[in-house]
Amino acid sequence: MKFVTAVIKPFKLDEVREALSEIGVQGITVTEVKGFGRQKGHTELYRGAEYVIDFLPKVKLEVAVSDKLEKKVVEAITKSALTGKIGDGKIFVMDLDQVQRIRTGETGDDAL
Amino acid sequence: MKKLFSKLGMVGLLSFLLLGFSQFGMSNEVFDLSNGTMLLAEHHEKVVPVVGVAVEEATLDTGDTAWMIVATILVIVMAIPGLALFYGGLVRAKNMLSVLMQVFVTFSLMSVLWVVYGYSLAFTEGPYNTWIGGLGAAFLGGISGDSISGTIPEYVFVTFQLTFAALTPALIVGGFAERIKFSGMLVFLTLWLTTVYLPICHMVWGGGLISSWGAIDFAGGTVVHINAGVAALVLAIGLGKRLGYGKEVMAPHNMPMTMIGASLLWAGWFGFNVGSELAADSTAGLVMINTQVAAASGVLGWITMEWMARGKPSMLGGASGAISGLVAITPACAVVGPMGAIALGFIASMIAYWACTSLKKSLGYDDSLDVFGIHGVAGIVGAVGLAILMAPQFGGVGYDEGITMVSQLMVQAKSVGFTIIWCGVISFILFKIVDATVGLRVSEEDERAGLDTTSHGETAYHS
Repeated sequence: MKFVTAVIKPFKLDEVREALSEIGVQGITVTEVKGFGRQKGHTELYRGAEYVIDFLPKVKLEVAVSDKLEKKVVEAITKSALTGKIGDGKIFVMDLDQVQRIRTGETGDDAL
Repeated sequence: MKKLFSKLGMVGLLSFLLLGFSQFGMSNEVFDLSNGTMLLAEHHEKVVPVVGVAVEEATLDTGDTAWMIVATILVIVMAIPGLALFYGGLVRAKNMLSVLMQVFVTFSLMSVLWVVYGYSLAFTEGPYNTWIGGLGAAFLGGISGDSISGTIPEYVFVTFQLTFAALTPALIVGGFAERIKFSGMLVFLTLWLTTVYLPICHMVWGGGLISSWGAIDFAGGTVVHINAGVAALVLAIGLGKRLGYGKEVMAPHNMPMTMIGASLLWAGWFGFNVGSELAADSTAGLVMINTQVAAASGVLGWITMEWMARGKPSMLGGASGAISGLVAITPACAVVGPMGAIALGFIASMIAYWACTSLKKSLGYDDSLDVFGIHGVAGIVGAVGLAILMAPQFGGVGYDEGITMVSQLMVQAKSVGFTIIWCGVISFILFKIVDATVGLRVSEEDERAGLDTTSHGETAYHS
């Protein structure tokens, strides 16, 4: 099993969710986050004061998937979150040791 | 800080020289001025009441009275919630309530002080009439519901002037926002009202020194705005910068509130300026159009500067420009024409922009909400600039007999220089006294945590 974390542009969230539903992903966890990468921040000016805003708002989504879905998930996120401009975000894939559904006690692929 | 005070000293010296120079240039005209029927003297002959005795021929005008009651309420709306929201939006969320409280409570305290002794010292005659009035009307003694001032009940006049005296100290709040100790502030502002506002108010509007020079200050360029601006500057320098100033982000926490506050100030300003005519007459109409176009051109002046210098016109710039234009037209609104008002608002706003960005940066003081940059600087531009723009060729009402543009300019410069020095020196002394006794700055820990919880035990927002 794999654990996929993607940081994307906030306005792309709906498209990504649709794309993931289409390939059979059952659940997503979403968090509003701030951060910076190559896009860097921007400056804000208030009369004489200039502030560099380093951290830009992004959306982080987390998905746990079976090994066979991994490639499809990464591909779906890449396609749907793409604008081609700097700041589109990143996808991180990690191995996932165990999953358990709290209600039924199912584990592994059955719990996904 | 020492360096700053020495720089400030230089500014003081400069205004002193200005004063001396104007006196020198004026030596002949001074006599003409005191004999001539000055616009302002005339204006105030009408309004300065003889305490306790209704002037015989004075009759109450219901139209004037109705307008002055409305004007008074408009000025109250300027302060609360107008000024409170304008300032509140500009601070960080952790200090929102502290600024609202500072404005709210200052406004209340000054209102009470005004009827206890303020009105009397400002608007009655006293043994030291050149500088300050007497105590004959302390606790509003001798005034009754039947007393008439000009064409309005004296109680209405007292209340209208009360709102000015209560608003001016509240303006200073912006200079020391986010680091002032609440109790120290109340003590300082009480002493400040007594030793700075009341004398200057008496000297300008109560028949004292400055009015005898023939200075024109229709609605409070020197009394209100230069006074508040200079006091804010002295306190900002005296208290020192906020912790993390220049390093941490201190961006305004709610610009829409600042916009609402600025708009309430704009609307309320019609009570302030038009109300200062103390009548619903033809001059009131001139003041009204001037107030509106000066505010509007102030907005355009500020955002023009921003657009050119930074590439982006901002909402805060628009709001700041409106206030700058309004401040500048305040002393001038009854003597310039509408085109003059447009020019004055535009130019004053551009100079205030320069003061809030370049001047503030080069001197390095932390005037939290730019009270000096906007009220002080635009106030000076308005008070001095009116002498030029009141000329008939610029659409103004023209000069009184024996007065020229140059002589009026000198008188204006002298009144401005005098106010800066009076206010600057006394504010500094008061700062030292209150800082050494009650204390004026909160602890470092409290400042970090925010004044809402540490000074007032509540928070503005809950998530």
